[in-house]
Amino acid sequence: MLFQANFPELKDYLDPMASHPTSGVDSPKPAFELKAATFTLPVIRLLEVDMDSVADQLGGKVDQAPDFFRNTPVVIDLSGLPAGAGRIEFPLLVGLMRGFGMIPVGIRGGTDEQHEAAQAMELAILGDAFVRRSPTTREAPRQPTPAPAAASTRPTPTPVRPTPAPARPVAEDPAVASQRLITRPVRSGQRVYAPGGDLSVIAPVSNGAELMADGNIHIYGPLRGRAMAGMKGDTSARIFCQDLQAELISVAGHYRISENIPDEVKGVPVQIFLDGDVLRVEKI
Amino acid sequence: MARTIVITSGKGGVGKTTTSAALAMGLAQRGHRTAVIDFDVGLRNLDLIMGCERRVVYDFVNVINGEANINQALIRDKRCDALYVLPASQTRDKDALTKEGVGRVLEELSKGFDYIVCDSPAGIEHGAHMAMYYADDAVVVTNPEVSSVRDSDRMLGILSSKSRRAERNEPPIREYLLLTRYSPERVAKGEMLSVNDVREILSLDLLGVIPESKAVLNASNSGVPVILDVESDAGQAYSDAVGRYLGEDLPHRFLDIKKKGFFSRLLGG
Repeated sequence: MLFQANFPELKDYLDPMASHPTSGVDSPKPAFELKAATFTLPVIRLLEVDMDSVADQLGGKVDQAPDFFRNTPVVIDLSGLPAGAGRIEFPLLVGLMRGFGMIPVGIRGGTDEQHEAAQAMELAILGDAFVRRSPTTREAPRQPTPAPAAASTRPTPTPVRPTPAPARPVAEDPAVASQRLITRPVRSGQRVYAPGGDLSVIAPVSNGAELMADGNIHIYGPLRGRAMAGMKGDTSARIFCQDLQAELISVAGHYRISENIPDEVKGVPVQIFLDGDVLRVEKI
Repeated sequence: MARTIVITSGKGGVGKTTTSAALAMGLAQRGHRTAVIDFDVGLRNLDLIMGCERRVVYDFVNVINGEANINQALIRDKRCDALYVLPASQTRDKDALTKEGVGRVLEELSKGFDYIVCDSPAGIEHGAHMAMYYADDAVVVTNPEVSSVRDSDRMLGILSSKSRRAERNEPPIREYLLLTRYSPERVAKGEMLSVNDVREILSLDLLGVIPESKAVLNASNSGVPVILDVESDAGQAYSDAVGRYLGEDLPHRFLDIKKKGFFSRLLGG
């Protein structure tokens, strides 16, 4: 029922390599600064519209950790509801959560109808473009990124889990952050994340560097570091790479380390994609 | 306005201080007023390499703390009038360097100098950060082996994200690669990365390749920057590097195995 999600306060995304956001005011002595910040908020993922059972179980959770919920902003996620689940009693739900000390701030993953109802309760509609409404994800939605299954070839002793970029925000709107272009070399120790879309790099990616994207990753240069596409679980995401020398490649959590990449696809242009549960590396 | 050059690497022992001394001397010899600062507080060495260790009165930390003014701390080089050394403190640690203090000293120096060469300590921690923060140009000193190359790569990442230029969104630091301790013989045997390997991995402009040379050790021991040893290959290579930094177009030398002449083979040299 509970898991963490990140979302940006502004539809902006900052990192040291990106340009700074332009200040909103250009007067001699600014009274405020406009900045982007990222917060991690608990998400309550509704699996039922029956408010009585929600109230029951939520009460149990709150009893376990009353301090955790006191004055905590909470997001309501509707993507786990079965289709045609009926109307959600937002006033009831909001009242219930406030009663437990939570501050419901917004919803995501609902239908237009549900969004309207939520807006009437002054709840914000948060980006839901990347929450999949699929019944298969209903049972175990504890992690937004599925833990990577080992590459099909052999079980790997150290399960390197591509971190779901804890401090990085999720794009709110696919139109805003659907592309990210990097033109300078990505150095060892640097991480570049393209939330909600594709990442293109037209420079070398060094050993120890990390590329992450919710969509595809394109590298027009040697890839010597790590590349993780489909960070939010998009199994159709692919990695395109001109010269594969990677430490690790991964699509939607299915990964291969350098050792498990056949030599014949190293150093040549390849695409990397998921075929069922198998992460395939193919020459192009 | 002076141009601030940081000599950095990430890894220790690759030749940052030797390079700082040589480049600073080279710039000064060409008539540019140059100051070279030792940022390795607590492990100061630059004064030894420059041969001015017996003339240190005040140091960098004294100036930062306002205990001495910059002119009291600067040591004029006896061989070249345009060159001054600002030594590090040996009794303090790197926390004595503050962003404001370093900025103040650099600003003051930039009024009277054309180039300020900052000799960075090894590592990527506070001391190294202070040395690179105000830089306009960076010379990344790398040995032709994988761990040094990787550390340099990490340092390049830090240069492009944590410097003042990066924070203010100004044009990025100009980065140059200087390959030191290069031995064409060992490259031929496959024991060392080649110039092209390193260049490809780091994708940087090559400022120079300094061959492995006994002259470097001799120069360090006697407190004479190796660039003054004009007979030595290392001295000439540093001289070329200074020329390239100043915009001259010079071919790279000392990249191939020296062909032994008939006589030297005969005499076993």
